Amino acid sequence: MDLLAQSVPILLKGMAITIFLGVTSFVLGFGLGGLIALARISRFALLKALAIIYVSVFRGTPLLIQIMLVYFGLPQLGVQMSPVPSAILTFTLYSAAYLSENFRGGILAVEKGQWEAAGSMGMTYSRTLRRVVFPQALRIATPAIGNRFIALMKDTSLASVVTVVELTRVAESVGSSTFRYVEAFVVAGAVYWLINSVLSVGQEVLERRMGRAYA
Amino acid sequence: MTDDVAIHAQGLHKSFGDLEVLKSVDLTVRTGEVVVIMGPSGAGKTTLLRCLNLLEEPDAGSITVRGRTVSCSGPRQSRSRRRLIRDIRVRTAMVFQQFNLFPHMTALQNVIEGPIHVRRLPRSYAIEVGERLLARVGLTDKRDEHPARLSGGQKQRVAIARALAMEPEVILFDEPTSALDPELRAEVLQAIKNLAAHGMTMVIVTHEIAFAREVANRVVFMDKGYILEEQSPSVFFSNPANTRIRSFLRLMSDSGPHPELEEAS
Repeated sequence: MDLLAQSVPILLKGMAITIFLGVTSFVLGFGLGGLIALARISRFALLKALAIIYVSVFRGTPLLIQIMLVYFGLPQLGVQMSPVPSAILTFTLYSAAYLSENFRGGILAVEKGQWEAAGSMGMTYSRTLRRVVFPQALRIATPAIGNRFIALMKDTSLASVVTVVELTRVAESVGSSTFRYVEAFVVAGAVYWLINSVLSVGQEVLERRMGRAYA
Repeated sequence: MTDDVAIHAQGLHKSFGDLEVLKSVDLTVRTGEVVVIMGPSGAGKTTLLRCLNLLEEPDAGSITVRGRTVSCSGPRQSRSRRRLIRDIRVRTAMVFQQFNLFPHMTALQNVIEGPIHVRRLPRSYAIEVGERLLARVGLTDKRDEHPARLSGGQKQRVAIARALAMEPEVILFDEPTSALDPELRAEVLQAIKNLAAHGMTMVIVTHEIAFAREVANRVVFMDKGYILEEQSPSVFFSNPANTRIRSFLRLMSDSGPHPELEEAS
C-alpha cells in the first residue's frame, strides 16, 4: 500500500487534469453546440446543410480517431498543438455535435403555441428564442445534456493516448511502476465514478429547480 | 380609409395544400366594435382570425391596421415587410384557445413580457400596469403563480391581461372558452364582457350563442371559406335570412356548444 500511498499526489494531479479536460470541453462544446443547433433550425439552407454535415461527421466517426487526427495530423499540416489544448479542441468539437442534437430536440419539443404567442405580440425571432423558447428547451434537454456531460467525463480517458497525463494515464504509469495494476485501475475507476456521482447529483438538483414552475 | 377603422382585410385567400380555407374574404372592423365570427367547423373562422394578425400569411389580399397595409402579393421576405408585420402584430393582440401562456414565467411576468421586451417600457412602469391589469381580471392574488398552478379559466384571464398589456388596437379571440370546462367559461366570458363595456375593439370566434347575442355589435357568419352574412345580433339570431344559418343555429341550440366539433387551432 505504501507504493500506492506515494502515488496519491500524482493521482490527484491526474484527477485535476481529467476534470479540467471534461469541464472545459463541456463548456466550450455547450456554446458551440448551441450555435450548431441554431444553424440546424435556421431557414438558411446553407447553414442548415453545414450543421447537418458537421453533426454527421463528428457523431459518425470514432472519438479516438478524431483525437489522433488532431494531435498527429495537424502538425503535418503545419499546426503545432500541445497535448492538452489538442485534446480539449477534439472533445469540444465532438461533444458539440451531440449537444447540438440535444438542444435541437429541446427546441422542437417546445409547443408551437409558444412561438405563436410570442410572435403575435410582435416579438422578433431572436428575442422569442431567448425569452421564450430557450428557457423551456433547456429544461426539456437537461437530462440528455447531463448524460452527455457524464459521458464526456469518461471519454477524456482517451486523451491518454496522446500523452496527456490525466487520470487514466496516471493509473497506467502507477500500475507499471508498482506492478499493482488492479489497485491503480480500481482507484482510477473509483475517482471517475466519484466525479460523475457529483455531476449526476448536480443534474438532479438542476432538474428539480427548473421543474419547480411546472409542478 | 377613415380614422375609425381598426382593421380592414381585403380579398383574403388562404389554402393549406389542396384545401382552400379562405376564398376571398373582406372584413372591416371599426374602432370600439365587437365582431363575433360564427360558423360551422372548417368554415375558416380561426384561419381568418390568424390572418388578421398575420400569424398565418394569406396567399392573396391585404390587411390594413390603422393605416398600415401589408399586401400578400409580391415579395415576402424583405426586412421592412417583416418590421411592418411585427408592427401590426403589436397592434392586434391574440388570445388563444389553448391560452399559450409562457409556462416558465409567473402570471405577472407573462403580462409584462411584451411591454418590457417588445414595447420597451421601463420595467417598474410595466409592473405597475401589469398589476393593474391582473386586478382588472380579478387575479391580483395569483400574481406570482406559474401557469401550472392556475385553473383553465384563470390562465385565460391572465392571457387576456397579457393581451391588454400590449395596448392593442384590437384583441382577437380564438375560441377563448372552447378548452374550458363549462363551469369555468363564465368567468372568462365575464372578463371579455367587461372589456366590451370599456369600448375595447374585439374580434371573437366563439360558439357561445348567448354570449354573442349579448356582446356583439355585429355577427359575421362564415361557411366553407366565405362570409355568408354580416348582421346585427338581433336580426342574426331571431330572424336569419339564410337557411344555412338557420340550420346552424338550430344545431347549436339543440345541444348547446359542440366543443368536439370545433376546429383545433
